[in-house]
Amino acid sequence: MLLWKLIKDDRGGQILLALLAIAILLVPMLNALPADHALHLPTYTVALLGKYLTLALLALSVDLVWGYLGILTLGHGAFFALGGYVMGMYLMRQIGDRGVYGHPELPDFMVFLNWDSLPWYWMGMDQFWFAAIMIMLVPGVLAFVFGALAFRSRVSGVYLSIITQALTFALMLAFFRNEMGFGGNNGLTDFKDILGFSLQARETKVGLFVASAVALAIGYLISRAVIQSRLGKVCVAVRDAESRARFLGYRVENVKLWIFTLSAMIAGVAGALYVPQVGIINPNEFSPLNSIEIVVWVAVGGRATLYGAVAGALFINYAKTWFTTELPDVWLFALGAIFVLVTLFLPKGIAGLFRRKEANA
Amino acid sequence: MSRPSLLHEVRDKNTVFSFMQTQASPALNVDKQILLYLEGLSVSFDGFKAINNLNLYIGDGELRCIIGPNGAGKTTMMDIITGKTKPDSGSAWFGQTINLLEMDEPAIAQAGIGRKFQKPTVFEFLSVRDNLVLSMPDERSVFSLLKARISGEQQDRIDEVLSLIGLVEQQQLGAGSLSHGQKQWLEIGMLLMQRPRLLLVDEPVAGMTHQEMDRTAELLISLSGQHSVVVVEHDMDFVRQLAGKDRTVTVLHQGSVLAEGSMDQVQNNRKVIEVYLGE
Repeated sequence: MLLWKLIKDDRGGQILLALLAIAILLVPMLNALPADHALHLPTYTVALLGKYLTLALLALSVDLVWGYLGILTLGHGAFFALGGYVMGMYLMRQIGDRGVYGHPELPDFMVFLNWDSLPWYWMGMDQFWFAAIMIMLVPGVLAFVFGALAFRSRVSGVYLSIITQALTFALMLAFFRNEMGFGGNNGLTDFKDILGFSLQARETKVGLFVASAVALAIGYLISRAVIQSRLGKVCVAVRDAESRARFLGYRVENVKLWIFTLSAMIAGVAGALYVPQVGIINPNEFSPLNSIEIVVWVAVGGRATLYGAVAGALFINYAKTWFTTELPDVWLFALGAIFVLVTLFLPKGIAGLFRRKEANA
Repeated sequence: MSRPSLLHEVRDKNTVFSFMQTQASPALNVDKQILLYLEGLSVSFDGFKAINNLNLYIGDGELRCIIGPNGAGKTTMMDIITGKTKPDSGSAWFGQTINLLEMDEPAIAQAGIGRKFQKPTVFEFLSVRDNLVLSMPDERSVFSLLKARISGEQQDRIDEVLSLIGLVEQQQLGAGSLSHGQKQWLEIGMLLMQRPRLLLVDEPVAGMTHQEMDRTAELLISLSGQHSVVVVEHDMDFVRQLAGKDRTVTVLHQGSVLAEGSMDQVQNNRKVIEVYLGE
């Protein structure tokens, strides 16, 4: 009942959640069909779909701050990558003595660097519960500290966008360094299993897909709960007339800070689900370009609708997969063309199509 | 004095006013019948003295009109009162206990000072009704906003204000689709919801028709008494209408008070004529 209240007036959200529910039921069934069956869904595709869903969750987190608060964040990839690194650390610890060097505790790259013990920040990462907390805590704390500094001093607009770029760029440079203890430019890879299930197994991939779909649904509902509350209205108020909100007595910086932190935590979860499905996390995930790309997904999907961000992320990433396999040289031009066309003809993005229909009905 | 209405509100358990009182830092004290003290204020921007040794006292429940040529420092004065600008020197007290210079905008707003901008500033993407909901002196902290609900009394208050500002039929529309005059009214309605003790109004009738101006004047006059109202305005007809025979008008010039008195006194003041007519 409570959940229904959240999406009662949200046609796009209803469709999204219905599709996710269908996918959770149908994808494992189709994948379980014999390989020569016409409707068989290859395991490779399942993992790909799961990856798309985690990227959709990332886009959702960006829409929360950009669409509803007007903070154009160009560094959300950093929170995604941090969540991914925490998951990567957990997965590295799960390798145990099956690494190339066969060390019982140290990951291969540390043996290679002649380290003799685990750095303190790798402690506890062999416990899933601990890693699960850290997946949200690490991006959350970074966002909180960063936001507290930026929002208290009333940095906004282009300046804030530039600092978020700097943040993710600085993290990228830091993670490239071997002595940081995160595998340098190779990052973390060669994962074996998660929670005792082999990552190569078909069932694990299906399980990760389902987990991604569930995470996206939960992330959507949480974001929706925030947006529907009076806090969500204050967010829109801050976006449209910040000083008016201040003169009404709202502490604008606190509103921004908490929403930004929540968004970073969602992005962290998305990163953590992304890593086991693609099998690697390296510093390139921090690349400033990645963060800009997320903003493009949201813009294509339509700002301030939540489901639009999801649609945009799925659409662009599907297009990316298709183009990079069929016409690899054309992809960047195609992305540019999509962005230009959407800006020209669908200023409200893909979600704008929905809204027009709603308005006519 | 607003004692009776205050008592009345305190008696009702859930009224917003009492909540606001507990939120505000020290209790407002207006024993001396003066609500706002501005003394010796000066502020300069890059060497330009926007406010220069300004002294101004606003009585409790008073309606005060402030006029002055462009650049006289009217908006800067409002910025100082509402915490947007910090002065270089001087003091600003709200009642006898609240030091405005130590507070930021949200704290000052919660203490009971409301401000209307020159350009109507409403939340364009929210409905007219939601604009009023957000203006209620209710929850302001992030986590209580998450579960904030509108009580029956608040509902009634919103309906009351909606009919007062004549936007009952438009209440579900987005505020962005209102006409300029309607936005002015909505902003005034938002201030009414806020129930400030002191209302700062910057050029309220800019872009209004004559009928709308008359209604605005009526409304502002009816608000005085319960609230103190400070109106900054260029339109002399409107100021005359507001000030009537016996209300005080203050003329600002180059950041300080040039003259103060009734409309007639001010209009016949030599210095004022010089400044306005350049003689």
